[in-house]
Amino acid sequence: MATIASAEQADTEVPAKAGRPPGRRRRWAAWRWAVLLIAAVFFGIPLYSGLKFAGFKAFTQVIGYQQFGSAFALSLRLALIATVLTLVLMVPTSVYVHLRLPRTRRFMEAITILPIVIPPIVLIIGVLKAAPGFLIATPNLLGLEYVILSMPFAYRSLDAGLRSFDVRTLVEASNSLGAGWPTTLWRVVIPNLRTAIMSATVLTVALVLGEYTMASLDNFQTFPVWIVNFEQNSGPVSVAASLLALFVTWLLLMLIVTVGSRSARKHGGAQVTLFSVGIQQVSRTRGESE
Amino acid sequence: MTTNMAAGTQAGVTGRRAEGAGTTLRMRAVSRSFGAVRALDNLSLEVAPGELVALLGPSGCGKTTALRIVAGFEYADSGTVTVDGKDISPVPAAKRDMGMVFQSYSLFPNMTAQDNVGFGLRMRKQSASSRSKRAAELLDMVGLSAQARQYPHQLSGGQQQRVALARALAIEPSVLLLDEPLSALDAKVRLQLREQIRSLQQRLGTTTLFVTHDQEEALSISDRVGVMKDGRLEQIATPAELYERPATTFVAEFVGTMNRIPGSYQGMDGVMVLGSVVPVHGGRPDDLAGEIDVLVRPEGLTIQATPGGNGIVTERTFLGSLTRITVLLSGDVSVKVDKTSAAATDLVPGASVQVGVVGGEPVGVTARH
Repeated sequence: MATIASAEQADTEVPAKAGRPPGRRRRWAAWRWAVLLIAAVFFGIPLYSGLKFAGFKAFTQVIGYQQFGSAFALSLRLALIATVLTLVLMVPTSVYVHLRLPRTRRFMEAITILPIVIPPIVLIIGVLKAAPGFLIATPNLLGLEYVILSMPFAYRSLDAGLRSFDVRTLVEASNSLGAGWPTTLWRVVIPNLRTAIMSATVLTVALVLGEYTMASLDNFQTFPVWIVNFEQNSGPVSVAASLLALFVTWLLLMLIVTVGSRSARKHGGAQVTLFSVGIQQVSRTRGESE
Repeated sequence: MTTNMAAGTQAGVTGRRAEGAGTTLRMRAVSRSFGAVRALDNLSLEVAPGELVALLGPSGCGKTTALRIVAGFEYADSGTVTVDGKDISPVPAAKRDMGMVFQSYSLFPNMTAQDNVGFGLRMRKQSASSRSKRAAELLDMVGLSAQARQYPHQLSGGQQQRVALARALAIEPSVLLLDEPLSALDAKVRLQLREQIRSLQQRLGTTTLFVTHDQEEALSISDRVGVMKDGRLEQIATPAELYERPATTFVAEFVGTMNRIPGSYQGMDGVMVLGSVVPVHGGRPDDLAGEIDVLVRPEGLTIQATPGGNGIVTERTFLGSLTRITVLLSGDVSVKVDKTSAAATDLVPGASVQVGVVGGEPVGVTARH
């Protein structure tokens, strides 16, 4: 089969991105080190004090401590429920809003911010009044409350992700090639939203693992509630548990960012940060001349 | 060979379609409004098998709406779209079997060039081996075999559009739809790619609808060009016909460069312009009373440097073998005249010139502004 494109043509076009430009290597000025140092001191001293107060022995005690296992398991279960429900609800919703109701995006943003604005106690009373009987007094209800609480974060992550690529054109391209809606969502939209979905997941998990007010008002002993309850019994153990929780959450965040960035480098997608998905990559490709 | 290029075809790309084996696309009295704006007004259009028809017009003329209705991304308020006589209005975009190349880069960023090209075949449940074989053939056809394993962000804009073209052709579409596929590219790549599109289209015999606002693009690669204005088709004709015998003043002025020079009727079929009497295209129109302008192309005018002539050169633009001279005539009329560059050396700004019309060439007339 003959090649129609001339060899010359292939030569004249330079690939959009041929490695990292040399100018991008960071040079660290002295003031940057100073800022880093101040931040490290600010965050490091409380952590160090906590470690010192708890002592290493407390860490080994935490796991065997009464009801630690059940509290931690409950928190994980809630995190799972909240994450799955949040994604199942929010991914199609945000895609739909983006494609079909772009004018309502402002409105959606306003709605999704409500859980932050409304005091938790008001939310809870509302939920208790509205929830069907079979859910009340089960932890699943708390899971649903967490879905609401994580909505602002999840929506913003997904919205930023959707803005980082031309969803409409990709969806139309996919349709014209014979893919129906479910296939398009699964093979085209979600893979390109992966970093946004990951950041929505992390934020939801972090929120659930740290939420205290709703859990204690609903009378469930989640991990944070457990920490507070046992502070009275054993200060060092509860501090050790807090540090452990902090460490686990931090590890999760790092994992997401690392994995997200790696896939972004591979596919040229947007860079992951937790609250937004950078769109600089896209605009660079768009704006450059060949 | 039948024209139904449906799913599951296993044969090779080329040679699959002999000359004239494409499908017929027909739009009949298609209208579409967005609120108070009538984007398409009773548009009727037929694209013959294997033909490339361009829809040309300024932005907002409805050309993209027409294409999107054919693709199934928009619906028509009234009228029908048929492919080989079959009404496709109720068929969703995913089942229309049309290949489309978009204006903006539309490759799936999460897939390699090869997987992009194979995507439509995957939707048609072809095996992985036949997909990759065919994707390789098509990438070879657009000259990008070496880039098969690269992701879209590693390709230049021109390369991305070539992959998009290969992807659209991979499914052996009944109709190929091109939505300003070249407008994001720079001039040189644009020129190469448009020739490539044309030669592929002719070789495969795919019925093609091409939307563009660039008249040079439309005139250079189309079998016929439809000029659109305000949702209506002003004229559809071969590029030469459009240029030489524009049906309306809008077409005359939109396609190519056109001068308007005040003139007056002279006898039954002639007009007096710049001191000469020339015939009018198709005779004198009945509906034109009062003052008229004569429409003349830059190559229909003569120019001589003469002291005390009827105009003064205000500008000259070097176009290669030709130089375009802008002349201000008396009565504040500015005209453009083409002259071979070798003969235009003394036609510098400020020079006094005598401008006339080439004798015997029929001209168009229109009511004076």
